[in-house]
Amino acid sequence: MVSFWELARDSLPALLGGAGVTVELTAICIAAGFILGWALALGRIYGGRFVYAVCTGYVEFVRGTPLLVQLFFLYYGLPDVGVVFPPLLAAGIAMGLNTAAYQAEYFRGAIRSIPRGQVEAAYALGMSRFQAFRHIVFPQAMRIVIPAWSNELIYMLKYSSLAFVVGVPELMGRANLIAARNFRYFELYLIVAGIYIVLVWSLAGMVSILDRYIRVPGLGEPR
Amino acid sequence: MPRPLPAGAPEVSIILRELPWFLRGVLVTLEVLSGVMATGIILGLVLSVIEVYGPRPVSLLATVIERALRGVPPIVLLLLVFYLPWDLPPLAVAIVALGLCSGAYQSQIFRSAIRSVPRGQLEAGLSLGMTQVQTVLHVVLPQALRRAIGPWSNEFASQIKDTSLAYIVGVVEILRQARYVIAYTFGHSLLVYGFCALIYFALTRAGNHFIYRLEERLHIPGFETRRLAGKRRW
Repeated sequence: MVSFWELARDSLPALLGGAGVTVELTAICIAAGFILGWALALGRIYGGRFVYAVCTGYVEFVRGTPLLVQLFFLYYGLPDVGVVFPPLLAAGIAMGLNTAAYQAEYFRGAIRSIPRGQVEAAYALGMSRFQAFRHIVFPQAMRIVIPAWSNELIYMLKYSSLAFVVGVPELMGRANLIAARNFRYFELYLIVAGIYIVLVWSLAGMVSILDRYIRVPGLGEPR
Repeated sequence: MPRPLPAGAPEVSIILRELPWFLRGVLVTLEVLSGVMATGIILGLVLSVIEVYGPRPVSLLATVIERALRGVPPIVLLLLVFYLPWDLPPLAVAIVALGLCSGAYQSQIFRSAIRSVPRGQLEAGLSLGMTQVQTVLHVVLPQALRRAIGPWSNEFASQIKDTSLAYIVGVVEILRQARYVIAYTFGHSLLVYGFCALIYFALTRAGNHFIYRLEERLHIPGFETRRLAGKRRW
């Protein structure tokens, strides 16, 4: 039986490959969720009654159910009606749809925090609704939202590990594959935990640098 | 034993027929939830008190433990505890692993609540002849805990959803019961998982309602509560 360190050395390349999939999956989902999240937030704030109801219903329902159930619904449930996704796509769609609802809430909060008077002032200057949003609300909201929104990055990075349940070969999935051959589950998961800690800590470090860079001077003191 | 849908019966009747099984799953979910929250509160309080009042090396160690626990996905923790050299029943695995996770988050909540109690009160307690432990127990914590309820309730709400992860280590909670129902009735995954989502939605809704009521009852007069603030998140 090889020692823990030899096991770590031998399995590290495969695990790091898995970590690459984890990062890719997270990045794509966050990007998709970012776009859909803005659409949902705008729908809830500027939409008519119908659009508001649809967007609110979506956000509340997605935030009220576990990601794992959403994933199972997409991956095991939808084939009942003839919609079959491969594992990676199913995980990506589930995570993207999930994070969109959470991101929408961050964006909505940020838009709401811009004083209404600024929008009225923009209208008074002859700007259209779109112009007021594009030039007055959006740039401020974006800077305000990033520190809170970046929590979602870290959250999604961790929760992308759920994809392994439907067989996506990301970090957890790779560890599982290796462990199925040599039965060293505990040690391999320990290595995986270490890799996740490194990933999360470095992402958190990058985020705090970004936060400092993007902070609106005078708005909220750093903790 | 297999119990397929009788010919001609509408698909939805499966839900009605299998309802007792789902309810059993709900009970187990609540069991996991209460275990996790209890473990989390204890661990969170211990970690936060150590981080704030402990001597430097000990508090540093507590911070590192907290950061590490927050850096590991709950699934990894679940499987780590599951594959520990000694055997634990699935329910215990779920409660320990998710409890560790939640404890790390709760320690953050309690830490900032403890920090929000002015330091002068601690000094006043000491000058009255109370020991440091007495002061923390009787002066700081009662105030800190009431202030922590708002953010704590967020953690509670997200923990309701995270109990579904206990499925992975074989706890027969809602999702696992759903899988059994699907196996016994030969299919209907869409319906069954859709119903699962509804159950969780109802649970989180009910949980949130309950926790808001608690928040209002325990809120310190003069301090903003969430409902007074129009349910704005920030």
